[in-house]
Parts: sequence; C-alpha cells; structure tokens
Amino acid sequence: MNLKFFSIDLKNKKRLIPQVLTLLSIVLAISYFAFNAQVNMNNRGIAFGFGFLTQEASFDIGFSLIDYDGSHSYARAFLVGLLNTLLVSVIGIFFATLIGVTVGIGRLSSNFLVAKFSEVYVEVFRNIPLLLQLFFWYFAALRALPLPEQAINFYDISYLTVKGWYVPKFIWTNFSIFIYSILAAIVAITFVSKHAKKQREEFGKHIPSFYIGIVLLFTFPALSFFIGGVTLDFEIPVLKQMSTTIFNFRGGVSIIPELMALAMALSMYTATFIAENVRAGILGIGKGQKEAAASIGLTNTQILKLVVLPQALRIIIPPTTNQYLNLTKNSSLAAAIAYPDIVLVFAGTALMQTGRAIEIVSITMGTYLLISLSISSFMNWYNQSVAIKEK
Amino acid sequence: MLKTFKNWILIGFASLILVACQQQGGGNSKKSKTLENTQKAGFVKCGVSQGLPGFSNADTAGNWSGIDVDVCRAVAAAVLGDADKVKYTPLSAKERFTALIAGEIDILSRNTTWTLSRDADIGLTFVGVNFYDGQGFMVRKNSGINSVNDFQSGISACTNTGTTTELNMRDFFNSKNISYEPIAFEKADEVVAAYDAGRCDTYTTDKSGLAAQRTKMSSPDDHKVLPETISKEPLGPVVRQGDAVWEDIVRWSLNVMIEAEEYGVNSSNASSLKDSENPQIKRLVGSEGELGSAFGLDNEWSLRIIEQVGNYGEIYEKHIASTGIMPDRGPNELWTKGGILYVAPAR
Ligand SMILES: N[C@@H](CCC(=O)N[C@@H](CS)C(=O)NCC(=O)O)C(=O)O
Repeated sequence: MNLKFFSIDLKNKKRLIPQVLTLLSIVLAISYFAFNAQVNMNNRGIAFGFGFLTQEASFDIGFSLIDYDGSHSYARAFLVGLLNTLLVSVIGIFFATLIGVTVGIGRLSSNFLVAKFSEVYVEVFRNIPLLLQLFFWYFAALRALPLPEQAINFYDISYLTVKGWYVPKFIWTNFSIFIYSILAAIVAITFVSKHAKKQREEFGKHIPSFYIGIVLLFTFPALSFFIGGVTLDFEIPVLKQMSTTIFNFRGGVSIIPELMALAMALSMYTATFIAENVRAGILGIGKGQKEAAASIGLTNTQILKLVVLPQALRIIIPPTTNQYLNLTKNSSLAAAIAYPDIVLVFAGTALMQTGRAIEIVSITMGTYLLISLSISSFMNWYNQSVAIKEK
Repeated sequence: MLKTFKNWILIGFASLILVACQQQGGGNSKKSKTLENTQKAGFVKCGVSQGLPGFSNADTAGNWSGIDVDVCRAVAAAVLGDADKVKYTPLSAKERFTALIAGEIDILSRNTTWTLSRDADIGLTFVGVNFYDGQGFMVRKNSGINSVNDFQSGISACTNTGTTTELNMRDFFNSKNISYEPIAFEKADEVVAAYDAGRCDTYTTDKSGLAAQRTKMSSPDDHKVLPETISKEPLGPVVRQGDAVWEDIVRWSLNVMIEAEEYGVNSSNASSLKDSENPQIKRLVGSEGELGSAFGLDNEWSLRIIEQVGNYGEIYEKHIASTGIMPDRGPNELWTKGGILYVAPAR
C-alpha cells in the first residue's frame, strides 16, 4: 500500500484553506440556524421530536395502495403519501416519455401536418403554467364525466364515472408463486438471448430468441396456474343505489379522477420538454451519418433505430433525467386537486394535526431528495450503459 | 487578500452568535414585543381566510369584511387608534398556524376551532370565542337524504384538509359503521367546485361555513344543510404563545365588543354615554377607571373599538344576519337572552 497519497502535501496546504473555511462556514451556518430554531421553539413552548410518528393519525385518506385507515400511525400515513407520489410519478414519467418521444420525432417529420401539429403541441403545453393545466384537466374531467348511474360502460366489467374509473379487482391466491414464475421467465429469457448473441457472433447462427422469449414469458406463468396452485379471480364493480339520486360503484378498484388528472397534466406538460430534448438529440447527429447509412441501403426506420437513436440517446438522456426529476417534484401540486400525495397527506394534514413543522418538513424534503437521487443515479447508470464502448 | 477575507468571516460569525444570544433573552420580559412592533409598523398583521362570506371575505376592491375581520379591526382601533390599519393575509386552513408561529401574522382570526391539542401543543394560544359553531353536512336537495341517518356505506365526502372537520368526519362515520371516501382539498373554492360537479355526495364543514359557501354556489337552492350537528366548533382568534400582554389585548378587544352589547353600548351612542350613571358603562367608554394602562394603552382604547367597529350585536347583524348566512343567532346570543355568549367583566 502506498501511503504517499494520504499525506498532505505541505506546499499545497495553502490551497486547503479556502475549502476548510467553506466547510466550516457551512457547518456553523447550519448549527446557527438549528440553535436559533431551538431557542425560538423553547420560547414558544414547542417541543421537538419524532415520537409523534408512532401516534395514531386519526384522519382517513381516500386513496391508498396499502391498507390504511385513521387508526394507523402517522408513519403509515407518510408511507401512503409516499407511495401515491411514486405512483403518479411513475405513471407520469411513462406517458411523458411516450408522448415526448412521439412528438419529438414528429417535429422532424417530413409530413407537414404532423410536424406542425407537434410544434403547436409543444408551444401550447410548454407555455401554460402547470397548475392551470392541472385545474383544467381536473375540472374538465369532472364536468365531462357522467354520474355513476350513467357511467360509460366497458363490456360490463369496467365503468368510467365522475367518481372514478372502476376496474375489476384481481383477487389472487399464492400470488408470490406467480411472481416467482415471472422472475424465472425473465432469467430464462436473459439466458436465451445471451446464448443467441454468442451463437450469432461466433458461429453466425441465427436463433429466434425473440419468439422463444415470448413463449417462455407465457409458459412459466401458465405453469404456475396449472401446477403451482395460483388462482386468479376478478371482483367486478357493481352499481349500488345509496339514496334517491345517489349512486356509486362498489367492489373493484377505483382509479380516482384526481390521479387521472394529475398524471395527465404532468405527462402532457413534461412531454413538451422531452420532445425538445429528443429533437435536439436527433438533430445533433451529423447529416453525413444518415447519408452514409442510407448509402449502404438501410431503410429510414433502420437508420433511426440503428444509427441515429443509439447516438442521440447520449444527448437526450441527461436533460431528460432533469425532466423526470421535475415531474416528480411537480407532482406535489397534487394538493391543489386533493390527490393524497406526500405533500397533501404528510406535509399538509399531518403537519396541521401535529404542529411538527420542522420535523415533518425535513422528513419530506429528505424524501424528495432521496427520490431525486435515486432517479438520477438510475439514469446515470442507464446513460453509461448506452455510452459508446471502446472495443 | 486572504487575510482580510478571513477576518470578515470571523466578524460575521461573531455577530451571528451575538444575534442568537440576544434572541434568547426575549420572550419573558413584561413588555409586549408584538405591541411594540405593531406600533412601529403602524398596522396589525392579521391572518384571515381565503374568502368566507360573513367571516372574512374581500370585495372586488380588496376590502376585507366579516366578523373575523372585525376582531383584527378592533385590535387596530385599540392599539393604533384606527380600525382600518390592518394588513390582511389570506391563509388556507393548512397554512394558518405556521404563518402565525413564524410571525408572518400576529393575530389569526380565521374561523379556527379551539381544541386542546392546538392550544396546548403547537405554540398557540386561543383567546376566546367569537362564534359558536358545529359541523354539519350539505347534500343536494333531490338526493333523498334528509338526515345523517340516511347515509350509507360508499358515500363520498368533500372537505378542507388540515381541519378539525377531517377528524370529526372520521369519528362520525366510524361510530355509524359507514365506510366513506374522504376527498380533502386545500382551498374551499375547490371543495365547492368538486361538490358542485358531483365528485362527492356531501360537503361537510362548520355549519356557518356551509351556509356561507352556499351563497357562492351556482344554484344555492339545489342544496340543503342537514339538521344534525356532529361536533362542537368554538371559533375564535388565536395568538402566538409567549406574549401575554398581546394575548390580553386581543382577548379583551373581543370581550369589550360582547360586553358593549350586553350594556346597550353601540357605535352611535358610545361617546354620549361618558357620563352614564352605570359605572360598568363608564368603564367601557373610558370615563372611569384606568383599564387601558394594564396593557400599556390609553383609556379610550375600548371606546374606539365600540365607535369604530361596533358591539357584537351590530357586527353579527351586519355580516351574518342581514346577509342571510345565519339570520338566527342561536347560541351566539347573549347569555341574558338565552344564548351562551358570556364573557368575563371588563373591570
Ligand atoms: N373550524 C375548522 C374548519 C375551518 C376551515 O378551514 N373551514 C373552511 C371551510 S368553511 C374554510 O374556512 N375555508 C375558507 C378558505 O379556504 O379560506 C378548523 O378550525 O379546523
């Protein structure tokens, strides 16, 4: 082991001074604020501590991915809010990417209508404040959707109403075995595709790994049903009358209009930025490359798929990561339309009921930081995996 | 260069620490820091709702009125001599306590329910009650629901987040074994819009709030408030904990308005009652005793409140009764007339 790296170069000591000073001032500033907050809180009779997290929350939440009611703790309410935030962010990121890539490619289309439509889309949705769009989608949805007794009926198993979109609920037995079968299928598929690649590269033999993969993806779960003891039942929502004019669906799962409106607003808005990234990425690839690809006889789709996109991705991913982060943070606008995300449930209701402003706000900030860091490190990893590898 | 830079940083820290120590000293002196700051600024910093007719509501010109607003106006009349010297900050239910604790406002007068946990736990002090209320439910008239006993499992209920309403609602539906879908918005306008659009079957909040919000609906006559009251909601002004003098000023500004009604003193006759026979009336209009000096005010503080703002009966009539929100005073009648308004004597 070479200890030389660990000893401080005396001649360079001076260069350390500004850094130490900066660090010191940050530490001092933080302790100053903490101290000050402590003093002020003492003066005003406010206690500090995280004990409240185990207390009974005593408020209900309308939409939850896990079992929750007001008799659960504040910590559980936090989890409900966090999962709701993650849910709408994942849905939002999925659709934003889908719309963004489509529109981004559309803007470069040689078809005038497609290009113009894409441009108008970007200009309109990028320039209207997100909160306004959110209200628009929410109240437009509420106005447009019918009351439960006049629900839009999808084959008698699913109904769209102003109170939500009711879909059948899956009732599983031995669900974990089903999950294992999927995992097993994924492992098998990776194995097959690795093998196929090797065969192709070493012996020039073509193995239809894609079709084999599809067959595997179906056979493994199917086996879990036939021999693994997995069963699946559906609970179909049914209309119930609750008074002369009040109806509602019972049973099934309700996708609430707040979630639909929020996911819609977030993805439509963020898609405009992603579209611009995609456009910039594609334009960033030299014309010569496309011409070269065309000259060896590749079709337009092949050029896009094999030549342009792999390189463009490296330009597209970093700014798009930013957009994913923005979308996640923007999901906190949920409170405006009563979607119970972490801000509404925890930094809103729980804060109000407990008065633990400092504790709750720091937990919430820490949570957002953690989510953001996870997204960026995932995207960095992905970016590295698509980066050009020197062979 | 580096040396002077270092010195500056050192000086900076030293002063920061000094400031911190100074702040520690405050809080337990006899003088009122809030009163001093208010007099220096020339206006009372008052937190109100984002628009609740009868309680705190701004007209198109931005002038605030309502019985909650009048508490702040009374304090301004008492400490600044002019009831109009108030700066209003509209707050959602969720923001209100943070705004008060952080010092953004000095009085919170925003249909806020006095509860043990709010009073004891979070650095707040309730000074009195200016409206006795209770939680109720609003439904569509054609719903066929005539009482809370007609509610059935699966009902969806809209309300405001960060309120006592949210908690009472759970207690109520649980006790009746009814499963329900709560939908809690931050702003009252959105609650009303969602209820209006049919997103929820019932709208629940303080009955005064229901009556007031109903006036804002697209067709008020299509809705009705159910007869039952499911909770006690004593609404009143709140101040920060730790400034006992300021707390007293706000409490007694409210009490004076109620007591003035009790003794028949109102905005038009107050100054002519200076030579009244009744010593209690004389104390209210400042011609006997030295009540103001107890919190460092002159002796006419209460006269100004009555003259510029009015007694409780006057402000109730003006904001709540004549506007049709709650024509009947119910519990908010004086104790001498069958209500429960009963305040400690100003003497
Ligand atoms: N009194 C209850 C509820 C107060 C409340 O926020 N009520 C709503 C509905 S009446 C309101 O004032 N909204 C007006 C606004 O949003 O500013 C409490 O203190 O928690």
